Amino acid sequence: MTMERRNFLKLLGAGAAATASVGLSGYANAATSAGGKHKVVVIGGGYGGTIAAKYIRMMDASIEVTLIERNDHYVSCPFSNLYLGGILPDLSSLTIKYDKLAKNHGIKVVQAEVTGIDAENHSVTTSKGVFKYDRLVVSPGVEFRTDEIKGYDQEVMPHAWKAGPQTVLLRKQLEAMKPGGTVVLSIPLAPFRCPPGPYERTSMIAMYLKQHKPGSKIIVLDANPDIVSKKGLFLKGWKKHYEGIIDYRPAKKVTDVDNKNMSVLIEGIEEVKGDVINIIPPQKAGHIAHVAGLVGTDGKWCPVNPTTFESTLHKDIHVIGDSSIAGAMPKSGYSANSEAKVCAANIVALMNGRETTDMSGVNTCYSFLSEKEAVSVTGVYQVDKEKNAIVVVAGSFGVSPDLSELEAVYAQSWVKNILTEMSS
Amino acid sequence: MRRKWSGMALALGALVMSAAAHAAPPSAEMLSNACGGCHGVNGASAGPSMPSLAGQNKDFFIDAMKKFKSGERPGTVMSRLAKGYSDEQVVAMAEFFAHQKSSPAAQKSSIDRAKVAKGKSVYNSACKRCHLENGKDFEEDTPVVAGQWLKYLQIQMAEFQSGARKMSEKKTEKVKSLTAADWDAVAHFYASQKQ
Repeated sequence: MTMERRNFLKLLGAGAAATASVGLSGYANAATSAGGKHKVVVIGGGYGGTIAAKYIRMMDASIEVTLIERNDHYVSCPFSNLYLGGILPDLSSLTIKYDKLAKNHGIKVVQAEVTGIDAENHSVTTSKGVFKYDRLVVSPGVEFRTDEIKGYDQEVMPHAWKAGPQTVLLRKQLEAMKPGGTVVLSIPLAPFRCPPGPYERTSMIAMYLKQHKPGSKIIVLDANPDIVSKKGLFLKGWKKHYEGIIDYRPAKKVTDVDNKNMSVLIEGIEEVKGDVINIIPPQKAGHIAHVAGLVGTDGKWCPVNPTTFESTLHKDIHVIGDSSIAGAMPKSGYSANSEAKVCAANIVALMNGRETTDMSGVNTCYSFLSEKEAVSVTGVYQVDKEKNAIVVVAGSFGVSPDLSELEAVYAQSWVKNILTEMSS
Repeated sequence: MRRKWSGMALALGALVMSAAAHAAPPSAEMLSNACGGCHGVNGASAGPSMPSLAGQNKDFFIDAMKKFKSGERPGTVMSRLAKGYSDEQVVAMAEFFAHQKSSPAAQKSSIDRAKVAKGKSVYNSACKRCHLENGKDFEEDTPVVAGQWLKYLQIQMAEFQSGARKMSEKKTEKVKSLTAADWDAVAHFYASQKQ
């Protein structure tokens, strides 16, 4: 951390000098330094970053695009609850690589850790060197506010809210639990990544317990005053399938954990014990967004222009996905996908000196209630010019009328399409 | 040289500042790209139950959106999402997808050859007057069905048979003697066609 900061500051100094000698804007830098080619750097290879990189290249192949991601693969959070429930045997169908994206679209994919962003000098420092940009897209997902849960250790009480080893760990803990055991699931105050996600997870764990661990139950400690999303449908599904297995408790904020005793404290007082404890910590924008000064006065999320997703704090840096404050759009994988396309189209417009285009976005999120039933929430989004914010188009927002087997079939194609779009 | 670039930078800077206030209404591309998360890049679906929209008949698309909006056609997410678009926006999306290059779904392994043969004869007797050229071409507001995903076709055909999805009088008359096996065979036939 100290090292990162020192490098970052050193770079800042160099950046200030370079800017002074070259001119006013990133455009001047780019045109003079790269023979007229515009450069975009994208940070984060998830639902937002892959799509932004791909669509910029699809819309204008003269723009040089570099995608920087710390891992050589990405595991989808959407659908990872199905692995916890046992519908998916492993995470392989939810794992994407970047080779086809690089090959098919001429995207330079760099596996590196980003350590700093120098907004003045238009550069990104990474474990593999410095990358210059004319415009930067930051799509780093979420970071956990673990300091708000005293004693938190993700190796003992996994969050499994970034899919991968954490999801596997939670699944193994569930498998190892004795029948008649208790699972505790802690849900943070909204906003957090994937509003219906914790309730889908509740359903999937309950399904697993019902099938494999007779006599077990799951206690859900929700910091929110009520179920955040698709309430009626979840309650209906729980009553239909998991009566006596799910013990849902609203307004119960976990503040402390005891890793040895396997217990949690609500508001520092009320103790709840569990054999398996899944803590989904409260969240904020990804780490790099904080390092780069892209986070707003709330200290958590990044304010952006609702048309271009350009940061309102730093010029030429765009923030999309979970980290951004995207008005009425929820923090979901589909939102990130949709925001990335809006951002890409307007970056291309700006780089070509064209007028930007008003955003039109979509969100479609499925949640599974059982092996064969799913429900969805949808919305079409646009900019309200007076409010200068993204709002939902009247009539388009809503949830399924009932639990649906057909929606479960469509959901399977949803994940296939969206992951294919990200990886090909 | 430097002066020239600075001038350009200033001009571009002015554009950036005015971007939010003076943006153009959503383009056809902007509207249509948002569908890609479910329907694939430019409407070429990679999911077996999700229809490809690339190369679809514009009038069919417009009619389908209208029916999703009114509730005349049964839908899940589309019954809600269709309500988010104006008639003009639906036309723009219809034109966008109609112009995209269609590619047949990658589904060889799920197609039954015997059913394809049977489906061809059912097609010839009951379907070909409206679903032209083995489903590759269209008439008025009929869809392009050749090379569409089998699973999607089967879901639609089940909805026609149950009455959940309404048929035109002409179609009702044409298909009245078809058995469930006939419908399924036609689905396999269409799915097997290259567009």
